[in-house]
This record gives sequence, C-alpha cells and structure tokens, in this order.
Amino acid sequence: MARIDVPMPQMGESIAEGTVSKWLKQVGDAVARDEPLLEISTDKVDAEIPAPAAGTLAEIVVGEGKTVEVGTVLAYIETEKGAAAKPEAKAPAPPTAEAPKPEAPKGEPKVAPPPAAAAQPPAPARPVREAAPVEAARPAARPAVVAARAEPEPRGDGRTETAEERLRRRSTPLVRRIAAEHGVDLTEIEGTGYAGRVTKQDILSYLEQRARAPVVPARAAAPAAAPVEGVILADHFWEIFHGQVRHPEFPARPADRLEPMDRIRRLTADHMVRAKRVAPHVHSFIEVDFTQIDRIRQKNRSKWEQQGVKVSYTAFVAWAAAQTLLEFPRVNATISGESVLFRGEINVGIAVDLDPGLIVPVVRNADELNVVGIAKRINDLAQRARERKLKPEEIQGATFSITNPGVLGTLVGMPIIPEGTAAILGTGAIEKKPVVMELDGTDVIAIRKRALFSLGYDHRLVDGADAARFLARLKHVLEGFPEDGI
Amino acid sequence: MASRQSDSTRRDAGPARLLEVQRLGLVPYGVALQLQARLVEQRRAGLVPDQLLLLEHPHVITLGSSARQEHVLVDETERRLLGIELHEAGRGGDVTYHGPGQLVGYPILDLKPDRCDLHRYMRDLEEVLLRALAAFAIRARRRAGFTGVWVDHQKIAAIGVRVSSGWITSHGFALNVAPRLEYFGAIVPCGITDHGVTSMARVLGGPVSLAEVADALAESMLQVFDYGSIA
Repeated sequence: MARIDVPMPQMGESIAEGTVSKWLKQVGDAVARDEPLLEISTDKVDAEIPAPAAGTLAEIVVGEGKTVEVGTVLAYIETEKGAAAKPEAKAPAPPTAEAPKPEAPKGEPKVAPPPAAAAQPPAPARPVREAAPVEAARPAARPAVVAARAEPEPRGDGRTETAEERLRRRSTPLVRRIAAEHGVDLTEIEGTGYAGRVTKQDILSYLEQRARAPVVPARAAAPAAAPVEGVILADHFWEIFHGQVRHPEFPARPADRLEPMDRIRRLTADHMVRAKRVAPHVHSFIEVDFTQIDRIRQKNRSKWEQQGVKVSYTAFVAWAAAQTLLEFPRVNATISGESVLFRGEINVGIAVDLDPGLIVPVVRNADELNVVGIAKRINDLAQRARERKLKPEEIQGATFSITNPGVLGTLVGMPIIPEGTAAILGTGAIEKKPVVMELDGTDVIAIRKRALFSLGYDHRLVDGADAARFLARLKHVLEGFPEDGI
Repeated sequence: MASRQSDSTRRDAGPARLLEVQRLGLVPYGVALQLQARLVEQRRAGLVPDQLLLLEHPHVITLGSSARQEHVLVDETERRLLGIELHEAGRGGDVTYHGPGQLVGYPILDLKPDRCDLHRYMRDLEEVLLRALAAFAIRARRRAGFTGVWVDHQKIAAIGVRVSSGWITSHGFALNVAPRLEYFGAIVPCGITDHGVTSMARVLGGPVSLAEVADALAESMLQVFDYGSIA
C-alpha cells in the first residue's frame, strides 16, 4: 500500500500553470494505470491527465475550476498490491512493469506524470500488430491525397494529361503567378514539394538558373499551352457557383424606405437563390379528385373531434405522398457530388406560414404513420412552429416537402425545391367543379371537389416520365382511399 | 498497406514519420467527433500513422471548455431557424463557429517523443497556417496572447486543441477560406470582443479554391512537422 501524488504536470516549457476543468474519477473510484483521471485546460488546450499508477483515488486536493502552478499536488492515489489485477482493469496495460515505484514520477525530471508514454520504455515496447486486423480497424475513409489525385484529366488540346503533369501543374497560386509572369511551364520544373509539386523555392531557383544559362531557342509552341488560368476545374466551378449569394442593389427613390433584411429573411433569400441556381427545376401538374376524401372527413369529423385531432386534407396528402415515395426512391433522394444519395427515411417537410416568414417542420418516418398519426404530428409541429418552440432537429432532415398555397385560395403554385432534396409537392385550392364523368356507360356532369397538384422536381435526377408516374400514383392513392381506411 | 503499417510502427525508432491526409468533405460535427475519438484510440495503439483530417462542417456553434454562454449571441429559437447546431466540443477555448467555406483541420498526431509541449504544438499549428496562407500571398501573423492567426486585427484562423492520454492530439484549427462571415455574428469568436473575423476570399477579393488551400495546408504540415512523406 502506498500513497502516490498526482501533480499538475508540466505540459510545455512555457506553461507555468493549469486549470482543473473536470475530474473524470471521483474519490473512491478504482483507476487503472494510464486511465484518464482528470482534464486540465490551459489557454486553448484541453488535456487528459492519466493516472500515474493503478489503485484507488484517495483524495482530490484541487477542485474543478481551480488554477494551480505546475507541480502542485492535485490528488492522491492509494495503490494496493494486486489492484491492477482486478477484473475491471481494461486491456491489461502492456508489459510495462507494474511494480509499484512510488517515487518514479519525481525521479524523472520534467516529463513527469503526463500522458502515458513517459513511463513506457522508449522504442520497442509498442506492440506490432498483424496487418489484417489493422485494416479492419481503419475507418472507412476516402483514400488519401495522392490516390485521390490520380485520375487523368482531359486537357485543352484533347490529349489526356498524365497524373504526374497535373500534380506538377497544381501548385499554389503564388507559384503560378510567378510562372505566368516569367512565361514558365510548370511541368518543366522538377518539383520538390508535396507530391512532387513545384514550390516557390523551386521556381525561384529555376528562374535563377535560367537567367544564368545561355538562351535556348525554346520549344516553339509549348509554353503558351500551359493551361493555368483557362481551365476551370469542376470543384472550382462549383465553388464560384455556390459562393456567397450577392443580391443586386438598386438606387432608392425619394419616397422609398430602405430596411435591412433580418437574418431569417436573408437566409431564406440566399437559400432560394442557391436552390434554384443548382437544381434545374421542372414542374408537372395533375388534377386530383377529393370527393372521396371529403366524404371520409365528413363521416369521421365528430369522432376525431372527440379525440381532439383535426385531420386536414394536408394530412391525407402527406400520408399518400409518403406511401407513394416508398415506390419511387429516386424522388426521395438527392444528387450529392458525383453520386445519388438515396435517403433511408421518408421525412416529409410541411411548409407552415408564420406570416411573416415560413418554416418547414418535418414529419419523420411519415411512411410508418397512418393518416391520423400524421395529422397529430402536423398539428403539433404547426402549433409549436407558430409559438417558435420547435427543436432544431424538427426542422432538419426533410427528404421531400409539401407546400399548400391552396389554403389561401391559390389555384396552384410552382414551388422551389429545398436544397438537398429532389422534389416538392404544391397543393392548390380544393374547389367544387363541374366534371364530366362516366356513369354506367353514360357521360354525366357531376359536381366534384377537385384540386390541382404541382410537383417541382430536380431534373438532374428525376425525369419527366418519373414525375408523371409519381403524380399518377399519388392521384390513384388519394382517389382510391378506402372508405373504411380510418 | 503492409509496408505503410511497418513504416508507422517504425516511427519511434527511426526518421520515417508518416502523415496520412484524409479529405472528408462536409461532415456533421457530431460525426467528426466520433471519427476523431476512434482515430485517437487507433493512433494511441499504433494502428495508424499520424492523421490530418481536412473537412468542412455544416453550420455549428461549438463550446470549448472555457466557453461562456453569453458569447453565444443568438437565442435558441433564432439559432434553430438559422439551422445552426450547438455542440459541446471537448477542446480548449471558448465559443467557435464552423460552417461551409471554412476549412477545418484535425491533426491526430502522436506528439511523443520529441514534441510533448502544448505551447510548442500550438505555435507549430500557427506556423502551418501562416505558411499555407503565404502560399496565397496572404501575409498573416500571430498576436501575442491570442492564439490563432490574424490578418491585421482580424482573425482568419482559430485554434483549439485537445491532448488525450498518451500525448495524442485531436481537434485543431479552422481556417476561414470563404465562409459566410455574417454567421460569425452569432457568436463572440473565442470570447474576443473587439476584433472581427476575416476570410481568404475577403482578403484576396475573389473566390478561393478549398481544394487548393487543403493542398497548401497538407504541404505545410509536412514541412513544419517534418514528415518524411504522405501516406
């Protein structure tokens, strides 16, 4: 049994003090050697301090929030024989001689107790593992830089630039500027920089050398072809395209009033511009007969009232849309870089008018709810949207959206597709209309409740025929809603 | 792959320091935290070489260990409406904003045996940023007492670091390449009230390619931390 000091470690030559930000163990807790014991912070750094020995945290001397000098005792650990052998000791610390050497930390000058390695023997102690498990343990990340750059890229002159040429050409703007000023083709220079790229030093010494060397008649057509500024790489192109949205300014006339946009208006303005810039919008329309759904609503109204739920037309539309999306994964997706990202959930955003302003809370996993379930979610979200009480996750993650300009009498709208989704459904006013129908083989004019729907879709991803099939299916689901489906 | 492994385990013994650069694109803050935690474990166990993660975050406000709530200037409702997440960061420092257009670098390095000095590490990160900016002909500088990198009196890059047991680093730096600067209005960056923020795009007066900045950062990491090669 021995009592070991845990001092404030020296975490750097010029660091004289540290603040205890958090004790990760409490008095009485068992600690394994090198297990994180507390966190300290200095300036802009947080550091975990490991236990210098296995045992029990016996006493905390310096509490959280206190700042003390390096070397001040922060706590004491009671070591006991066999403590390290307790089952809770995680991965039995590598064979670093567990012999209790109470004075060890003080013996070693300034690298005292901090992070583990101080106590480890220098080199060979690190276990060399086999290759296979290593690969398995590695995170599934993108390949490293060099690999990412390997694809050849077509050049202006039609021939394919080799990866090597491209790497060399890819140098910093400063180097390129120097190259352009001096008419240097960067592929001519032996680069010593990262991945063989031409550094500033490289080009300067190249220029110096060239100045000294006798003037060579220089390969005739070559340097002019250096495709430095002419070619817009795809990523560059998109960066320009996505860049900060600039709204043009207009001169104010004497009677005008200039009012800065509040942040939400500005955000909406930018989002709309970006959404419309990137996704090529197409809209298709269909007319949907609501007579059947209207009948179902009349029939169940009192029942729902007793349950305290209002089941709007929108709830039916959201339900039908979610069911239809199950059959059209492409409409529940988005283009992401060079790929199509098919969403695993069907989360339907419902636009809510805040007057002024607009917010789109999200009914998550809408395909798993029935109409009444969706209605309850919509009522709740809309109410809290108006009270400004939505949680952040409740307005994020939509995979499809519905907006209902019809509620204010509009025939139908052509909505903008929110960024990161493929489509939005606009529903127009539901109105009684005379409709020619076939009844027992005879054409009749009937009074029906009808509404126009518009589907706005990202034409990069959704073709016109896809949209037509989606709308036809949606119409079918809504018009065929079973009488006893509630 | 097998040879890379032997390189990294040899590192303590010989000169072959290896840096693996991962470009991850747009990564939600929480996901990046998990990835870092996993890599810290793997780095500590010697399963992977030193790492440099380069990425962007969706809009997020993060709170360092010394963060003060009053440095978050938007109330919760406004923050939600702006689509900004809020996260505890588990790093040093005060309040920081991250968002698209800002290039975030998370070096997961083993500082043992010869770099076990937190101040030196932060000065080294500043050096990496200064050199990368110099490649774009931007003259930036340090300011005594204010960790980070500055152009005139405006902050262009922030630093906040965590060192885990075993001198394994995580978190790192955030360089404003071309972020929407008005989002910084949501916070008092790093608790410093009297100085603004700026970006490379603003300093240069034109668009800047994130990919090129990432290249420059990888290159200056290589120089400053003296790596033999990039994995």
